[in-house]
Amino acid sequence: MDNPGVVGAFYLLAGVTVLSSLAVFAVRNLLHAVVFLVLAFVGMAGIFITLSADFLAVAQILIYAGAVSILLVFAVMLTPLGDRNNANSLFVLPGVAVAGGFATIVALVAVATDWNVLSEDDLDARSFATTIADIGQALLGPYVLAFEVASVLLLAALIGAIVLVREEERA
Amino acid sequence: MTFEELKPFIVPGLPHYLALSGQVFAIGILIALAKRNAIAVLMGVELMLNATNLAFLAFARFVPNAADTPALAGHVFVVFILTVAAAEAAVALAMAVLVYRRRETVDLDRLNLLRW
Repeated sequence: MDNPGVVGAFYLLAGVTVLSSLAVFAVRNLLHAVVFLVLAFVGMAGIFITLSADFLAVAQILIYAGAVSILLVFAVMLTPLGDRNNANSLFVLPGVAVAGGFATIVALVAVATDWNVLSEDDLDARSFATTIADIGQALLGPYVLAFEVASVLLLAALIGAIVLVREEERA
Repeated sequence: MTFEELKPFIVPGLPHYLALSGQVFAIGILIALAKRNAIAVLMGVELMLNATNLAFLAFARFVPNAADTPALAGHVFVVFILTVAAAEAAVALAMAVLVYRRRETVDLDRLNLLRW
């Protein structure tokens, strides 16, 4: 893990992710916010790679940076120009207070807790060459029920979305 | 201080990833609370889900797994979160379009039909 390339990549990608997430909050135009959100998702995929989660990094780019952002762009395009600003509500100050408090508490707990982490050698032994086979085994082994339920959930969401936005037939 | 003493602070370990996850989650909370546009609020929710994924993957990488769970249980959870997040995004955006069609706005401050 102490390869200088990995260390540098972590800090670079963490900076990109946090700054572009903040830009989603700060920019005025909703379409620009979507673009920064995609940048945050791509940075997060890079961080997944530093955790040697190759399959999920690719899935992250396909699903979040690809599909979800396209859906967001469609939704922005289907709402009128006047609603495309990224205005704040009255809850900015409480929001900043809650978010700042949450981030501080999580950081303090993460640093202060004596985590039961693996030793350096075990970590190196665990640097997965590829995770795809093991994820597949787990999905169709111990987690097969949840896997099937997830497929039903996706079908329900698909039908639900179609039924929701279907134009009503003119009588 | 030598580099060897500073190494636990510089080399990213579990605390680094958890703190990053907490920061992204906090930014998601901020966006979800402070934005008027329903689509912008959804972006905040997606950021929060993503931060959770990061925490799951960090634990899967750094913490030894329990005896009766597969080594990649954290990764499997992230797969399910991705699935649910995609379904949620599709349905929620369909609802946003529907609300716009009915009320001519997606400004959450003006969607006060249930307010007495």
